[in-house]
This record gives sequence, structure tokens and C-alpha cells, in this order.
Amino acid sequence: MPSVGLEHYLVLSAVLFSIGLYGVLAKRNAIIILMCLEIMLNAVNIALVAFSRYVAPTLLTGQVFAIFVIVVAAAETAVGLAIIIAIYRRHDTIESDKIDLMKW
Amino acid sequence: MALNIAFWLLAATGVAAALSVVLLRNVFRAALTLVLCFVSVAGIYITLSADFLAIVQILIYVGGISVLVILAVMLTRDVTQGSPSNKLKVPALLVAALFAGVLIFSLTQTPWAVSAEPPLEPTTSALAGKLLGQGGFILAVEIAATLLLAAILGAIVLVREK
Repeated sequence: MPSVGLEHYLVLSAVLFSIGLYGVLAKRNAIIILMCLEIMLNAVNIALVAFSRYVAPTLLTGQVFAIFVIVVAAAETAVGLAIIIAIYRRHDTIESDKIDLMKW
Repeated sequence: MALNIAFWLLAATGVAAALSVVLLRNVFRAALTLVLCFVSVAGIYITLSADFLAIVQILIYVGGISVLVILAVMLTRDVTQGSPSNKLKVPALLVAALFAGVLIFSLTQTPWAVSAEPPLEPTTSALAGKLLGQGGFILAVEIAATLLLAAILGAIVLVREK
């Protein structure tokens, strides 16, 4: 078994990102879409931390970026779920293809 | 060697958990497997010797975001309806598979400038220096704090009963 290196982490990140992408594109339930978005953000974080570990091990810039991604992800989740709950109260649905008031 | 085994175990768990988030019919179970995915990503951070980030991942994702998601699942009471796919299931699968293929190809073909230096072992103080110290990211930290405050206020305003 070859030693685990940068490519392994990058491929793992790519696989997780694609799973999340499929979920975001193909799911109806808005909460599931948000969960898949979280998976995509986590995949990006894995890539950032892997680059930080293998390309510039003492600089830590990738980890700082990952921290900011986590902060923005937390804000996004809070606001996103609040929007979903508000839509559910008003329209009794969270199916993304039934929320089409602004569709022209 | 132990690092290799840990990586493969964590990677397999993470990918399986992410797949079950997408494939499970029950939204509540999908939320629980999402927590498992977050935990394995935290383990991946530990194998990358990013100890502070692993703890942050556990605190924020496993402790905070997953609770928010589960709360939202319970508040919307759509658990029994499951998580059906929309009309774009097959095109979405194609796009995701194509994207993964292109990404993996380009990532494995690129000659990365891998450094042979050993990583910093306790990263916490070094990260604090980066974030708050001279020539660091202090402005970005302040902006992030404002963003969090705005997000919290926005969430409260959105869900408040009239």
C-alpha cells in the first residue's frame, strides 16, 4: 500500500464535493440541499488543509482560510435554515420545485 | 503506517456517510449520517496534523450546525415525506460524475510542489499569531465577526412569529 500523500486527500475532497454537487442539483427537500452544501464546503476545507499540510507546512495559510470557510458556512446555515422555516410557515412546503413564486 | 490505515478508514466512512445523506429516504436519518460525515472530516484533519481545526470542526459542525439541521428537520415535520429527487436526477448524476472525473484527472496529473518539511505540531498558537498578530488576518477576523452578528440577527428576524 503506497503512503498517503497530497493526491489522496485531493481525490477524497473531489469525491465528497461531487456527492454534494449531485445532492444539491437533484434533491427536492430544501433541508437536504443545505446538508449537501455543507458536504461541499467540508470537501473544500479538506483540500485547503491538505494543501496547507503538504505544500506549505509551516505557513498555515490554508488552515486560516478553512477557519473563515467554517465561519461563513455557519452563518449560511443559520440564515438558510431560518429562510426554510419561514417558507414552511407561510407555504407549508419546503420542496424546492414548489417554491416558485418568483419564477417568471 | 497507522496514518495510512486511519486515512483509509476515515475516507471510507466519510464517503459512505456523504452517500447515505444523498441516498437515504428518511430526512432525519440523513441528518444523522451528516453528523457522521462531519466527524470523519474532523478525523481527516487530525491525520493532516491540523489539531485546532479538528476541534473547531467538532465544536461548530458536530455541535452546532448538526443541531440546527436536526431542529429544522423536526420543525418542518416533513420526515415522513422523505427526500425525493426532482426531474433532474439523471442530468445531475451525469454532471456530478463528469465533474468528479475531470477534477480527479486534473488533480492527479498536476505536479504539486510538495514540501518535505515536517508540519507544525501544536498549531493553535501559530494560528492565533496568523489570525490576530502582526501582518495577520485581523481585518478579516473583524469582518467575520460582523458577518456572524448580522447572520444571527437575520436568522432571528426571519423565524420570529409576527
